[in-house]
Parts: sequence; C-alpha cells; structure tokens
Amino acid sequence: MKLLYFAWVRQRIGRSEEELTVPASVSTVAALIEYLRSRGAGYEAAFRDAALLRCAVNQEHARFDAKIGPNDEVAFFPPVTGG
Amino acid sequence: MSEIRIQRQDFDPGAEISALNAAGEVGAIASFIGLVRSDGGMDAMTLDHYPGFAEREISAHVAEARSRWPLLGVRVVHRVGRLTPGERIVFVGVASSHRQAAFAAAEFLMDYLKTRAPFWKLEERASGATWVEARESDDDSVRRWR
Repeated sequence: MKLLYFAWVRQRIGRSEEELTVPASVSTVAALIEYLRSRGAGYEAAFRDAALLRCAVNQEHARFDAKIGPNDEVAFFPPVTGG
Repeated sequence: MSEIRIQRQDFDPGAEISALNAAGEVGAIASFIGLVRSDGGMDAMTLDHYPGFAEREISAHVAEARSRWPLLGVRVVHRVGRLTPGERIVFVGVASSHRQAAFAAAEFLMDYLKTRAPFWKLEERASGATWVEARESDDDSVRRWR
C-alpha cells in the first residue's frame, strides 16, 4: 500500500511517503489509522486526533469507512486551506 | 480549451493572456493575478500540494465553470513552494464572447481557489512557522455561487 502525507501530517511523521505491507485485517481507512498510530511517536502525534484529518484513496476524497487494499494509494492531510 | 498548471516557478501573465486569445471567437478575456501579502509581518509562505489530486480537484471546478458560462478558454496557474510577499501566486484567465461570462467565471474560480483548492500553507513569521488552519469565513464567498 502506498501512503502519502501532507502538511503537518508529513512533518510529524517525518516523511512524505512510504510503501507499507499492512496486515489483511487493515481493510478500512479507520483501521489503517489505528494501525499507523502504533508505529511510533511521530505517527501517534499525527493520528492522535483523527477528526483533524482528511484522506484520499487513489486521489479521490474518501471517508474513514472506505475500503482499502494492498494496491491502493492512501493520502492523509489536514483540511485544505485554499491558495 | 482549458489549461491547469501547478508549478514552482513564476509565470508570465502576458503570455497566459495571449494564449487565451487563440480561440478566434473571443470577445472578452478576464484575468486575475493574486500576489502574496505580508499580512502583518509574514516573511514567507510555503504551499504544499498533492500532485495529481490537486490538478483533478481544480479541473472539476473548471469544468463546473464551463458548464455555467459559455467559455472559450480557461487557464489556471497556481504556484507552490516557498513564496515571499509581493510574488505572484495565482493566475486565472477566462475567455468568452462577452464580458459578463468572463468576469463571472473568473470570480467563481478565484472564490473556489482561495477557499477550497487543495493546498496547505505554512506561514513564516518572526515568532515561528505555523500551518494555516481552514477558515469558515472563507466559505461565504463560495456559498453565494450555490
């Protein structure tokens, strides 16, 4: 699964993207957030308050109950602020 | 013809406007250029974006503008990366047969870009760098187009 992070999500995690093999049980965005939170202090800081986050699956806005699979691109970011 | 570009480098407003004149039936071109404001002591602003996603989101709004007004050409150029006050940040140019459609569509697109376009802004001030939070008040300018 390809993961992308933007703005302060990227800063807290310390990277802009990564390729991860997640357990098969991680089949929704919400489950992915829980899984990522366990990966370290930076992830915990980024995903602590999921209400502050928005996500996209394969470059389309997605809700946290959206299904995801190993070949998907999932991006996490704060609400957009415009240009 | 629509062109949407997100780029780090500056753009040439004259060249963008000239490119809108290629359509033949054009009677009006409305253009808008946005500049970075210092906004009470801001030293610089860095715009972050999601390549691919950002172009897709902006394209959807350009398509909506084209469905609302009879447009002959649309060009949107938005810069990303680190920008300082006074620098050009955005260009919107709209060509139509008549001025009303060109003015309205340009304003519609700018209202969208300023409030909903998928960018994140990091402002640098003497006190440090902070990410700009999404503001409710900006939504008023978008609501009037509904």
